[in-house]
Amino acid sequence: MKKIKQLFAGAMLTTFGLPIAQADYALNLMEGVTKVSNDIYDLHMLILWICVFIGIAVFGTIFYSIYHHRKSKGHEAAHFHEHTTVEIIWTIIPTIILVAMAIPATKTMLELDDVQESEMSIKVTGKQWYWDYQYLDSGVHFESHLDEISEKSHRGHTIDPHTVPNYLLSVDRPLVIPINKKIRFVFTSADVIHSWWVPDLGWKKDANPGFINEAWTSVPTPGVYRGQCTELCGRDHGFMPIVVIAMNQGDYDNWVKTTLEKQNAKPDLSDQSHEQLMANGSSVYLKNCVACHQIDGKGVVGNYPALRGSAKVTGGVDPLIGFLQAGTSKMPSFAKLKDNELAAVITYIRNSPDIGNKVGDEIQPKAITPVYDDDE
Amino acid sequence: MSAVTAEHDHDDHHHDDHAHGPEKGWLRWVVTTNHKDIGTLYLVFALAMFFVGGTMAMIIRAELFEPGMQFVDPQFFNSMTTMHALVMVFGAVMPAFVGLANWMVPMMIGAPDMALPRMNNMSFWLLVAGILLLASTLFMEGGAPAGGWTLYPPLVLQTGKALPFAIFSVHLLGISSIMGAINIVATILNMRAPAMSLMKMPMFVWTWLITGFLLIAIMPVFAGAVTMLLTDKFFHTSFFDAAGGGDPVLYQHIFWFFGHPEVYVMILPTFGVASTIIPVFARKPLFGYSSMVYATAAIAFLAFIVWAHHMFTVGMPISGELYFMYATMLIAIPTGVKVFNWTATMWKGAMTFETPMLFSISFVVLFTLGGFTGLMMSIAPADFQYHDSYFIVAHFHYTLVPASIFMLMAGGYYWLPKWTGHMYNEKIGQLHFWLSAISVNILFFPQHFLGLAGMPRRIPDYAIQFSDWNMISSIGGFIFGASQLLFLYIVVDTIKGGTGEKVTDEVWEDAHKHGLEWTLPSPVPYHTFSTPPTVIPCDHD
Repeated sequence: MKKIKQLFAGAMLTTFGLPIAQADYALNLMEGVTKVSNDIYDLHMLILWICVFIGIAVFGTIFYSIYHHRKSKGHEAAHFHEHTTVEIIWTIIPTIILVAMAIPATKTMLELDDVQESEMSIKVTGKQWYWDYQYLDSGVHFESHLDEISEKSHRGHTIDPHTVPNYLLSVDRPLVIPINKKIRFVFTSADVIHSWWVPDLGWKKDANPGFINEAWTSVPTPGVYRGQCTELCGRDHGFMPIVVIAMNQGDYDNWVKTTLEKQNAKPDLSDQSHEQLMANGSSVYLKNCVACHQIDGKGVVGNYPALRGSAKVTGGVDPLIGFLQAGTSKMPSFAKLKDNELAAVITYIRNSPDIGNKVGDEIQPKAITPVYDDDE
Repeated sequence: MSAVTAEHDHDDHHHDDHAHGPEKGWLRWVVTTNHKDIGTLYLVFALAMFFVGGTMAMIIRAELFEPGMQFVDPQFFNSMTTMHALVMVFGAVMPAFVGLANWMVPMMIGAPDMALPRMNNMSFWLLVAGILLLASTLFMEGGAPAGGWTLYPPLVLQTGKALPFAIFSVHLLGISSIMGAINIVATILNMRAPAMSLMKMPMFVWTWLITGFLLIAIMPVFAGAVTMLLTDKFFHTSFFDAAGGGDPVLYQHIFWFFGHPEVYVMILPTFGVASTIIPVFARKPLFGYSSMVYATAAIAFLAFIVWAHHMFTVGMPISGELYFMYATMLIAIPTGVKVFNWTATMWKGAMTFETPMLFSISFVVLFTLGGFTGLMMSIAPADFQYHDSYFIVAHFHYTLVPASIFMLMAGGYYWLPKWTGHMYNEKIGQLHFWLSAISVNILFFPQHFLGLAGMPRRIPDYAIQFSDWNMISSIGGFIFGASQLLFLYIVVDTIKGGTGEKVTDEVWEDAHKHGLEWTLPSPVPYHTFSTPPTVIPCDHD
């Protein structure tokens, strides 16, 4: 019986060491795409093999002993209970192994820590529950939320997660970076502690409110790299992924240009049809409101009030606009929303069958403007 | 010093109440000051909490069985991970070891009872009060704490009505632990039989002596940390709020200054039980007794200087990263010594494989696996990948379940016949072992793969590529959970008479050579060692 267990453990350990890159039943750490991530992978494999080797020696001894030194085979117990030389040897050998491990580990640690001579900086702000990216050099600034289909799938129970591409690992607006540039990231948070992890880059770093952390990367190959928040940050901790797209410098420059153009363009404040407002409103709602007020507008009893049947939502429009823009001690201000977005989401929460309200009106972007003094 | 005081203590005043049995009726269990009764209370309570915490684990594994949200709300899921940890740590593992200490320490050192019997009663009932208070938060507005058992601010400050209750329950549990620890330390230092010098004490007693000091040192630190949370929330202080000049990371430093020794509080007595059981079934003295003692002390010392290895990614200066990496790597040396010593104890023995021994051997193997992953995570740059992923979940569950829990089970099987005078059913015991040992690996081994593949911990739902291993892990979890009902059955069955076989005083072959408890009758009388024993079994001279 013990033998079976030994075989099982042995098989597990051997397969553990094989670099299999398939998605399902993945076993090992990914090598990643950066030099640092490759160095970390090498460290990981080194220490893993050391452990496997020691494991084989120790467990081998135990199982040999179990097989041969058993009473049922008539083995007589020896009476030794100490052996100074052996004890010194098995103290010194591990020490030597540890020193040998510490040297490459220190080298990689220093490399990981060195943010000097970076060529561009991106400020990453963790928020409950999305990431906010600010390119400190070019001025590009946007929020990155879980994509709508994953959002609907995990909240609505109607869409099978297996049919969602990159379920929970896709965002509406990925972080775009140029390849072969040393990029410095600075991390902070607007509320609780988050942690930014993209395994392909080789590290994670905490985003602490009120403080700045630094890390860097330089990605040699274009590609899409995915990750997640790794510090428990509340209810929707599992639903704030990270997507990094690395592209050639030329493509990146184009991206910056078009993004800045869009970012600086005045919002289209012309009147929209009811359907348009509802569609846009749904998408604004999924990014900004759903985490607390839920997909059915019922909120969470004791924590977040329901929008369904709420007099504040279905009552006068102007107080509602003012409320959303000002926020309260419990609800953040949504002054960040553009007039057309605000109009759409207000129309949505007043009229959506999903939310359970039916006022029967539409709020046009122009209705917002007199109240909302936008100095942009 | 202790040997001298011990002599005076015993002879006189214990004789007159020697004939007294326990109080009649249920009141016995409320007012008792008898170390055996209180030990039983602790063990029964811990077993109950093991099933409560286990139920929470089953809820977690059920939700993680498939991708997508199936059963619970994410907030409740977070409450489950938080409460599972708190209940298992403070309600199951720690009290179980205090229970074993209550039962066994006086019997192992030849003392009639614990040094402070009334405080002993109080520390048990404070534990119950603390855990009930903690459990009551499940029914409060806003739900139970959901910020993880580490209670990191600012997140934990978002807890609803439950926060002050959870903090007060931590205070109660802390007071209970400190009192228990003081009692054990006082008992060991003052009440040993005259012939029992420190270096003749059984390893279980040694590990508890050191654990007792750890507890006395760390519980006030934790109490202080949560008190600062309380004042930050309700009294406008800013210990952990940058806006007022504080720092949320400060909390993490304080917490882990408590938290790292705390995990050793759960593992050192585990080592002690293993060092007690393995020699008996190998029919050989424990190998390297003194190096075991020194290794335990070294591990306890190191426990205080490695805390920030839980925080490698929090943003520390490079000097801090390197220091905590080097210091953490050092732990491998004394821990290695312990594993090698257990191996050498089995080497050339005449082993038999009763249930306690089976659990002990699998402890040595599986704890070592947990130690390996610990060593891997001590490598700071590699921890930038491992940290807060399922890899760490696998790591600490290997050091807690097939280590601490397995050795508690082993201790149960080992001493139940002595406590009850009945033999447990060996067949069902072995069935329990095999089911547990196999399913615990199906449960936790795949979590290494999940973590390495990039799955963060504490998430209620996950990407599709993590589905397969999660499903396997959940299946392992359900089998493991169900298997533990066998243990409950065996305990109840043994108390009611077990196999009906009359056990001898020493129960296990030649056990009297290994410990004083086996020189007492089975079942153990209500009062033992009213006069200290004169002959001390010591197999390592």
